[in-house]
Amino acid sequence: MAQHTDRRYEEELARLRQLVLEMGGLVETQIADSVRALASNDAELARATIDRDHEVNRYDVEIDEECLRLLALHQPAARDLRLITTGLKITTDLERIGDLAVNVCERVVERSGQGHDVRIDLPRMADMARGMLRESLDAFVREDAELALKVCRDDDAIDALHGAMFREMIDWMGSHPGAAVDGTGQLFVSKYLERIADHATNIGEMVIFMVKGKSIRHLSVPSSI
Amino acid sequence: MEGGSNDATSVKVSARDLDVFYGSTQALHGISLDARANRVTALIGPSGCGKSTFLRSINRMNDLIPGMRRQGRILLDGADIHDPGVDVVDLRRRVGMVFQRSNPFPKSIYENVSYGPRIHGVSDRGTLDEIVRTTLEQAALWDEVKDRLGASALSLSGGQQQRLCIARALAVEPEVLLMDEPASALDPLATARIEELIHELKERYTILIVTHNMQQAARVSDTTAYFYLGRLVEVGPTAQIFTNPAKQETEDYITGRFG
Repeated sequence: MAQHTDRRYEEELARLRQLVLEMGGLVETQIADSVRALASNDAELARATIDRDHEVNRYDVEIDEECLRLLALHQPAARDLRLITTGLKITTDLERIGDLAVNVCERVVERSGQGHDVRIDLPRMADMARGMLRESLDAFVREDAELALKVCRDDDAIDALHGAMFREMIDWMGSHPGAAVDGTGQLFVSKYLERIADHATNIGEMVIFMVKGKSIRHLSVPSSI
Repeated sequence: MEGGSNDATSVKVSARDLDVFYGSTQALHGISLDARANRVTALIGPSGCGKSTFLRSINRMNDLIPGMRRQGRILLDGADIHDPGVDVVDLRRRVGMVFQRSNPFPKSIYENVSYGPRIHGVSDRGTLDEIVRTTLEQAALWDEVKDRLGASALSLSGGQQQRLCIARALAVEPEVLLMDEPASALDPLATARIEELIHELKERYTILIVTHNMQQAARVSDTTAYFYLGRLVEVGPTAQIFTNPAKQETEDYITGRFG
């Protein structure tokens, strides 16, 4: 693609992309640490992860400001306009994902000292959700609509895992009444991970809009783009 | 969204395979473009892209340029404006023009507006008074000048002079208004008034506007046509052109990646 005649504008758009990626990388780490804390029942790690959430929030504010500045000063059009509005929306999803990682950590802190094993599906769901987030951000930076579409399709698998987890936990709690508190906590975590995948899906949808200029949101996922 | 292929208003001006040459230089290559009634069509593109040549073809202003040759057709309400039977003076009454620099006659405000109708045979003072009033109202200038219609047009501000020129164009009851960068010499406030006026005028007229100001094209027009090197690269609903143009060249131009 041709460069902007205005070099400074070009650099500012590149910086916006960079900021979104940095925020995304940080949020990925937050998910990974929250699930590691969950799997190893590590309340310390959970607390440290909760403490780092303000860094995610700071990126959210900074990217918002950067987008508003670009909109006000450059009156962007076409792909630049779509990049900036996508940036604005992606950060909201990333910030929510960060909050969900915090929620996972809060459950870890609550259950610390309790001996029940974590369901094997939770780390697996976490890996999937993280993978979707990473791919959605790769799709953003590479402007790859196909990869973004794959993320949207992958959401079904994690929804199915959450559904299975839900039924399994209800059964388990039925036969182990003493495990109800911990079981509910783990169900919450399952829901948080499922929500993280939803936010990654939103990012995928917005990347498709950014690249192709057409919205697939609130529609069934198309087979090709 | 207005201006798209589903737009229900009728086609007022239609160019078909229009080529224009100045001597051996070809300024327009096979332009086919429709402008719909009661819509604003913006022509954008870098200097020398042919947008002004196209605009000036519609009322045959280019005929005045020595060495100009043309092929292809321009239809106004379906009738070819180059048919031998067409009276060019009448064509230019039906297709009015407003220029980049306001160019009022060095006469009174009243005489500027009444000049056209008088040339076209209106002599009754009462009728002329009425035309002056209604066209100045349409041009959103009446309230500012109604108490000094006898004052020199040159005593008006730049923005007022431009609106006077629009009133002058309207006074002969045109059907189409061609505007060649009508606000490029005006300050932001005067520009906003002209843009608001364009918005009001499209209820009665078909408007084609040439502008170098991308945001202005985005604000005032229903349809945007991008010209480059004498060719029509892309035409489409303005909102689409500015959010998701089909052609990379259009994208590069409107996002400032040109050149």
